[in-house]
Amino acid sequence: MFSSIRSRVIVIVLLVIGSIYFLFPRTVTLRERGDNGVMRDTTVTRVPLKRGLDLQGGMHLALELDQSKQVSADPKRDLDLALTVLRKRIDEFGVEEPLVQKAGDERIVVELAGITEPGRAKAIVQRSAFLEFRITDKTNALEKALPAMDRTLRALGVKGDTAAGKPSAVEQLLGGDSAKKAAAGKTAGKDGKDTKTGKDTKDSAATDTAGAIGGGILTGLIQPAGAVAGTNTPGEYVVPEPAFPRVDSLLNIPAVTRQLTRGLVLRWSAAPTSIGVQPYRFLYVLDDRPIVTGSNLEDAQATIDQLTQGAIVTFQLDRAGGRKFGEETGRHVGDFMAILLDGRVQGRPPVIQSRIGRNGQITLGNKSLQEAQDLALTLKAGALPIPLKIVEERQVGASLGADSIRDGVTAGVVGTALVILIMLVFYRLSGVLAVLALGLYILFTLGGLSMIDATLTLPGLAGIVLSVGIAVDANVLIFERIREELLHGKTVRLSVDEGFKHAMNAIIDSNVSTILTALFLFQFGTGPVKGFAVTLIMGIIASMITAVFVTRTFFMIWLQRRPTMATLSI
Amino acid sequence: MLRLFANAKYDFIAARRYAYAATALFILPGILFLLVHGLNYSIEFTGGTLIQVESKRPVDVAAVRSGLDREGIHGAEIQNFGAPNEFVVRARVAKPGTDANDTQATADAVREALTTVLGTGNFTITRTEAVGPKVGGELRTKAFLAIFLSFFAVLAYLAYRFEWRFGLAAVIATAHDIVATIAFIAMLRLEVSLTVVAAVLSMVGYSLNDTIIIFDRVRENLKKHKKDTFEQILNRSINETLPRSVLTHGTTLSSLLALTIFGGEVIRPFALVMFFGVFTGTFSSIYIASPVLMAIEKRWPGQLAKGHLAPTAAPAPSVAGGGRKTAPVG
Repeated sequence: MFSSIRSRVIVIVLLVIGSIYFLFPRTVTLRERGDNGVMRDTTVTRVPLKRGLDLQGGMHLALELDQSKQVSADPKRDLDLALTVLRKRIDEFGVEEPLVQKAGDERIVVELAGITEPGRAKAIVQRSAFLEFRITDKTNALEKALPAMDRTLRALGVKGDTAAGKPSAVEQLLGGDSAKKAAAGKTAGKDGKDTKTGKDTKDSAATDTAGAIGGGILTGLIQPAGAVAGTNTPGEYVVPEPAFPRVDSLLNIPAVTRQLTRGLVLRWSAAPTSIGVQPYRFLYVLDDRPIVTGSNLEDAQATIDQLTQGAIVTFQLDRAGGRKFGEETGRHVGDFMAILLDGRVQGRPPVIQSRIGRNGQITLGNKSLQEAQDLALTLKAGALPIPLKIVEERQVGASLGADSIRDGVTAGVVGTALVILIMLVFYRLSGVLAVLALGLYILFTLGGLSMIDATLTLPGLAGIVLSVGIAVDANVLIFERIREELLHGKTVRLSVDEGFKHAMNAIIDSNVSTILTALFLFQFGTGPVKGFAVTLIMGIIASMITAVFVTRTFFMIWLQRRPTMATLSI
Repeated sequence: MLRLFANAKYDFIAARRYAYAATALFILPGILFLLVHGLNYSIEFTGGTLIQVESKRPVDVAAVRSGLDREGIHGAEIQNFGAPNEFVVRARVAKPGTDANDTQATADAVREALTTVLGTGNFTITRTEAVGPKVGGELRTKAFLAIFLSFFAVLAYLAYRFEWRFGLAAVIATAHDIVATIAFIAMLRLEVSLTVVAAVLSMVGYSLNDTIIIFDRVRENLKKHKKDTFEQILNRSINETLPRSVLTHGTTLSSLLALTIFGGEVIRPFALVMFFGVFTGTFSSIYIASPVLMAIEKRWPGQLAKGHLAPTAAPAPSVAGGGRKTAPVG
């Protein structure tokens, strides 16, 4: 096919030009989020060889549906839904070439290159971002239910005098002692009010507060917020922060939850609030039917509230959501409305002054603008149908990646130098041809990798270094054959022809079997190892081209220039 | 011209029994090691949390360990990693009371412990791997499947290109290589990571390569030297390919040497396993693949080998082979 030297040289030159073209540094435009939160475009000039997460730094996450709290009715559908939501969120997050894809039937893989705040990225991926609005309870249902709840707990054998309960009681006392007489007084006053409002349960509540806390665990720990914080939001209670985990677990016992009036639910505030010196967690009694949820959300923006200087997220509901919101708020003027995100109440519920339309805002308190932006983007992208759990996380810092590249390049340079030395010592002038071919081999391999848009990983880099050593094998095979033919007394020209011809079988068979193993590696490996398999395959193809075609051409040129050559420098 | 082992006339096949003994002496202790200690699987395969830390000051390992214990992370491995101020924490067991497949609880606990012990801002986390046992188990299955299936693919290819006898012999030699490499990994207590599995598979490819080159020569010589016994053919083929083997192994080992010394901590196990693979691959091509091929051909003679196996076939005159000593076939 390429019998003439001329056509062979043209093919080689085309391959070289092609490789250089694919490796030529080019300018790319990156879209990323700046410090002020606005997406901006930056241009960078660099070699278009994609580096894997282990070389440029970045994060790889594998996520699965977390069905420990909420069981999915249709996991396949929910995973697809979650995938769409994650795509939208990650697109907004502003990472260059993010990867969000399904792996198998039950997993989503997210790869973010070059990120510097892994914690933030994880929060964005994992946040359910389920937004809902609920009216707070006005009937003091919890106060009424508390004694019954305590009775249930006593029946279950739960004692108040446990590790979690005790310190909180002590702290309460301390809080009362230390210059906070007012708070202590309020607590006492609250007890009185408690017994007044909860008529039918007066006796048990009285004994609880007067006697040991062990008598009524919940009654001792849950107080109406009005008494402590001096506000009068209905359905709002406080629990000392240290007791929060315990109270939460007690309230989650089904027999206890059942004591609360039907149609109401209990929800915690997102973060503790300090009242005086002591942190408290707010507990809300809410309608179990939300007036509207985040599925009706159309847009969300983060801004700084001019009045409070705090970060807020303003949002806009769609037409249907706006109509529903308007109707409900119109009906509940004067009531308090809690804004919940992922089941936690955000800020203190505001009072509904008048009918609200499509626009609203969520106050985040003392959170940063960036947190508000992250919230806005997750809200806009929509809620996850089921929470996700991270089943695999791999994260490499950019500096470690840079170290790896430097180490790999050093090893590559030293290894290549050694190989060149060996080839020159053993094969002299023919060795020079082999070294030239080796240079082309490296060029073709990198160019080929860039052409197929392969990702270069750390094992891949090692694979390239290793393959330099192996790549000369084809040349060695050919050269040894030529030597044998020469020893049998054949002429130089005939020996070269025969050498190439006989070495061919061995070269093809050995290379095909290596490609086969590499293909299996590619099929079953993960990211970095896949990268290794790809470089291996590309390396073998390049080495076949250079050893068989390029070196042959070099020999043809050499022999043509010196037609009478009697001895070959090999 | 500079040629190593040119025109060598070693009687490789006669020495095969010593070679079997040698490889058994290596593999048996390795297997024993394996049975006693098991393989040192990496986090990727067992599940768990690995955190690599670069600290500004030298690190008190005991303090880090007790910090981890306080967070409920017991029995973590803490290892220096290259530089004295760099270390790796491996927690293979999930924080008690958390779902091991929900990796974040344990990873957060380790980070928390590090912050408490080393102080915020005194260290940077350069690498995190947190893998649930479910993902790890899947990876392990995949890795074994890859090794296993590539076996059959190669067998099929060799059966197509040569004939099944050659393919079977090559695969048996490869199986030997894998067992020997596992023995090597077990004895050195190398961590079995995905990269090491990649090294094992590359080693398989490399070793096969070597075997194929000898077999290719065997096929050629079977046609060329009609009067030689099969043993003579094998010896001739191995000796003829010896210069190539020495050179190729030399260049490959140089590359691997460079990788071992300069390639960095993560790549070193890969380079070590490949390093060993070059030796065992060379060994098995000569002392396993070739004798096994001979045994197979004796039992089920192939078309090509027939003339070389007849018991009446006189030992070939040593014209072509020179003064080669041939041991009786056994």
